[in-house]
Amino acid sequence: MIDINIQKILHAAQGEMLLNLNLRIEPGDFVAIHGPSGAGKTSTLKILSGLLTPESGTISVNNKRWLDTNKKINLKPQQRKIGYLFQDYALFPNMTVLQNLEFALSKNQNKSILSELIEMVELGDLQHRKPDTLSGGQKQRVALARALVQRPDILLLDEPLSALDMKIRSKLQDYILSVHRKFKLTTILISHNIGEIHKLANKVFLLDNGQVTRQGSPTEIFINQKISGKFKCIGEVLKIEQEEVVYIVTVLIQNQVVKVIAQATEIEHLQIGDQVIVASKAFNPIIYKVE
Amino acid sequence: MNWEPLFLTFKLALVTTSILLVLSIPLAYWLAYTKSRLKPVVETMVSMPLVLPPTVLGFYFLIAFSPNNAFGNWLNQWLGIKLVFSFTGLVIVSIIYSLPFMVHPIQAGLSGIPVSLKEAAYVMGKSRFSTVVNVLLPNIKTSILTGVVLAFAHTVGEFGVVLMIGGNIPGQTKVASIAIYDEVEALNYAAANFYSMVLFISSFCILLFVYLINGGYLKRFWK
Repeated sequence: MIDINIQKILHAAQGEMLLNLNLRIEPGDFVAIHGPSGAGKTSTLKILSGLLTPESGTISVNNKRWLDTNKKINLKPQQRKIGYLFQDYALFPNMTVLQNLEFALSKNQNKSILSELIEMVELGDLQHRKPDTLSGGQKQRVALARALVQRPDILLLDEPLSALDMKIRSKLQDYILSVHRKFKLTTILISHNIGEIHKLANKVFLLDNGQVTRQGSPTEIFINQKISGKFKCIGEVLKIEQEEVVYIVTVLIQNQVVKVIAQATEIEHLQIGDQVIVASKAFNPIIYKVE
Repeated sequence: MNWEPLFLTFKLALVTTSILLVLSIPLAYWLAYTKSRLKPVVETMVSMPLVLPPTVLGFYFLIAFSPNNAFGNWLNQWLGIKLVFSFTGLVIVSIIYSLPFMVHPIQAGLSGIPVSLKEAAYVMGKSRFSTVVNVLLPNIKTSILTGVVLAFAHTVGEFGVVLMIGGNIPGQTKVASIAIYDEVEALNYAAANFYSMVLFISSFCILLFVYLINGGYLKRFWK
């Protein structure tokens, strides 16, 4: 269990802002933090990992105090068991992929975890390459493996997939989900992508202007409960075209393109790039096994 | 031909650069990452030799180190060190005089490294020292090389400060730049030309080497 109760004044572009958080995260949770830029999302992860010290508050993890400003307890980042995936990957350019992972080993740690991780994120062929020669998705896989070398209990992901294209993104989401389960992690993900949050997280904190404005499951937070759909998908609008009296909306769901018929009133507030739910009410979807 | 002044010049530059490298890395690290209010003051102190005439620096050292003064006398009496008109004194003055040339490139290099590299190492449990040695310094090799070469070249090119505090003692403080001045005064142009030519060619080669390395022109010869 992670209990965070902190206050920190952040110097944002619009001036000073108070980050005031009171979060409780259960072990094994996959939590997403969602909110506009400058809401304090990255600062939250940095405070949890000890890279940023709040003015006041407490952090306890599994009943262990990591931070208590009243009692002057403040564990260094080195002492907190955390895996951190940085937005810019933060791979060490002077080391090869393998050396990056080796450097992450703690003292006297058995090296066998390296080959396990390399296999898991399929880095075998790239082991001896330098980070500069890798693509974005490859770098991200190295960074993910590196964050897991010390077998942390908590994995922090700072918008890890925002710079990647849809196909690689979807694959990396699968990697993240599988390591989350395999290593029994408590994972906190910052993401702007609602589809991604639905796929990965079981809990969402909406953060705005330094405060948690809403929290709950992704469905509670993002999906209008008035639709009692049997079949729901989140996607992104790619195209809206008029066909006789109806409109055809092309929606990208994960990496599948789907066409949906809509009335003029339904598309009134829709724009290309909007996140939408595609739901079906009256009909039962049919399931076929893919051979 | 008398090689002694040239030999002395390169010895001085080598000793000065080595000590500067050791001193400048912690200083540049502090300047690059500190949030202290003292930072602008320290930065100014480091940069002063860039703007001050070398004679000003030399003059104050002469006063401070003179055995007629309390500090110079104390050094002389207790440690047996005489800093005025000696090689040791030259090294100390050269360190201060060339400090900005070593500190600035290293500081700029460290500031240019994304903070996340340092943070990533900390989160992995690496100490500050291990992070500096294994992550930060290997990624600013070109900045360190630039600093080393500039400090070396600048020490080779010293004149005013050496003249003030070192005087002109053969084998002790008579470096090449002083020797050139001396020979010209004595209308001995051939000797002056010899020293000058050696300095000219060696400086050209050193700087060319740096630009070749930093520009990546030599990459195909290794790796």
